[in-house]
Amino acid sequence: MPLITYRKALNDALAEEIIRDENVVIIGEEVAEYNGAYKVTEGLWKRFGNKRVVDAPISEAGFIGLGVGAAMLGVRPVLELMFWSFAYVAYDQIVNNAGCIRYMSGGLINCPIVIRGPANGGTNVGATHSHTPENILANMPGLKVVTPATAYDAKGLMKTAIRDNDPVMFMENTLLYGEQWEVPDEEYLIPLGLADVKREGTDITLVAHGRAALTCLKAAEILQAEHNISAEVVDLRSIRPLDEEAILNSVRKTHRAVLVEENKPFCGVGSQIAALIQEKAFDDLDAPVLRVSSLDAPAFYSPPIEKIQLPDAQRIAAKVLSIA
Amino acid sequence: MDTLVETPTFADAEINKKLTQEDKIGFLRDMFRIRRFEQTSLKFYNQGKMGGFLHLYTGQESVAVGTISLLGDNDHVITAYRDHGHALAVGMGMNECMAELFGKATGCSKGKGGSMHFFAPDKNYWGGHGIVAGQTPLGLGLAYALKYKGIKGCCLCYLGDGAVNQGTFHESLNLASLWSIPVIYIIENNQYSMGTSQERSSAIKESLAQRADAYNIAWDVINGEDIYEIRARTQVAVERAYNESRPSLLEIDTYRYYGHSVADANAKKYRSAEEIEYYKANHDPLRLWQKRLIEEGILTEDAAKELDEQAKHEADDAAKFADESPFPNPEAVFDDVYYEVDHQTDAGRQGKHFFND
Repeated sequence: MPLITYRKALNDALAEEIIRDENVVIIGEEVAEYNGAYKVTEGLWKRFGNKRVVDAPISEAGFIGLGVGAAMLGVRPVLELMFWSFAYVAYDQIVNNAGCIRYMSGGLINCPIVIRGPANGGTNVGATHSHTPENILANMPGLKVVTPATAYDAKGLMKTAIRDNDPVMFMENTLLYGEQWEVPDEEYLIPLGLADVKREGTDITLVAHGRAALTCLKAAEILQAEHNISAEVVDLRSIRPLDEEAILNSVRKTHRAVLVEENKPFCGVGSQIAALIQEKAFDDLDAPVLRVSSLDAPAFYSPPIEKIQLPDAQRIAAKVLSIA
Repeated sequence: MDTLVETPTFADAEINKKLTQEDKIGFLRDMFRIRRFEQTSLKFYNQGKMGGFLHLYTGQESVAVGTISLLGDNDHVITAYRDHGHALAVGMGMNECMAELFGKATGCSKGKGGSMHFFAPDKNYWGGHGIVAGQTPLGLGLAYALKYKGIKGCCLCYLGDGAVNQGTFHESLNLASLWSIPVIYIIENNQYSMGTSQERSSAIKESLAQRADAYNIAWDVINGEDIYEIRARTQVAVERAYNESRPSLLEIDTYRYYGHSVADANAKKYRSAEEIEYYKANHDPLRLWQKRLIEEGILTEDAAKELDEQAKHEADDAAKFADESPFPNPEAVFDDVYYEVDHQTDAGRQGKHFFND
């Protein structure tokens, strides 16, 4: 299988869907002539032209609302946020309009949009550009939230997200754009709501999403090599819908769980998973469910400090050792 | 808006000369229907049959009826929360609208939307939106979709005078002009954004539509008490949308008789009772249109009364229908959240979508 970057996988997914469906249009800041602020849309404007790849002015509320309105008439917009942090200026459009239009119309209207862009810290750009709103948006019934960790997942999930008839919030990671994974040439789709066991293990379950899943794989190696602990890594891939069975199956096997995310702890994704495990696998547990998340403060600018603000393999391993 | 104006110019406009007597009487019927629908809804609201807010359109009926009368099959309508008038004007039935107010399963939104959230996509009516100016980019998107698909049409996107001060509206204006989108923004200027007068909310006092100059958008200010004028001047914007794919910003001067909503306890503090009575006596769009049709010799006082009676009966029947309709089944809470779940597609069956137990 060819090795391609996470960025290229997304680019291929977008191109394939533009070709497949004449209603797919990409709209965002710098997506066309500039080739994308992070080059995810590189070359698409040249290939597909002004109609299908559209540069928007810096008006997130305006162009996301436009996308929702166009979707009501059957267009399928893929709206790029240069950073998910900028979603906050479009919060009303995302939450009230994209998220609630189907419900408030009694099912008469649907909203097949994808809003995509990076949602991560760790790049020394300060608090305003480092938000991870997957927990906030997954809190909204009507929205779906996806957080791929690898190029393979990014491509398969993006193609599914574009074909989905509900609004999908697609959260990428700038630290992964240049990383490579094996991705098949032939077409494939990955369903939303299907987790992926990225490493099998027997002694403890690490549940994570996005880049934190990769950090868990590193922690699992340390645990195996230095402590002879076999950790299983469950990558959620999709926050809402959520693959609860995959989490429970793993916990029932290992009897221990540490929940890892680059999000903040308060009402984070891990909070939801912890509640799930204690409700449905309480008797299977041999230890309290613990969490590892970003240190609970706005993102620190200073590079060496921000590095430790995010979960790293050592912090995850230490947390595991406290209950293993 | 000081005089009951004689406007032969507008009556003689091409678009108005095409009107049949039935069309003209139909406008009066539509306005009576809106007014009677809302008077009836107010009665039952005060009896505790409805929850939440009730934003009445009373006094503004000519705006929805006049502008929507210009539209064809490929034109679309979206508005804010004061949406009953537009809903009836596009052809929604009183039953489904009244039942929605009563929170019943037979409501247009199955009781999930309420007063502010009426929808009828089959009539090109896209709501009914609760957040001030939140609908302005949606209207832009509807018109964008028309252009994207190569369909000749336009979207009328209504907003109140308070909405002009929201950022999303300005983003929408800029995008509409930049991308030449056939959207027609219609500010229904009833002079008060809740309890704050235009004098106290707008840096530019003379007109609100003038802000369009900042975005290279054509604009106009229209006397909302006269359907002929509304139609004649709005038609210019419709043709601009059809033929040039250019947006417009129209400001239609109007007046609401009730508070911002029925729950607006300060309704009598920010304006005088005399002011309201003055408008009712001199600028009521129903009375003025009725007078006009009588002067034109196509309607009698008795025929007008009959139209009003019919509207009242229709509203009474709608209230009966609503009252007798069942409330939604509690299981309906989880319907209409996700398309894929409702349709039980593979996507809808994969993973957990709802998180109660």
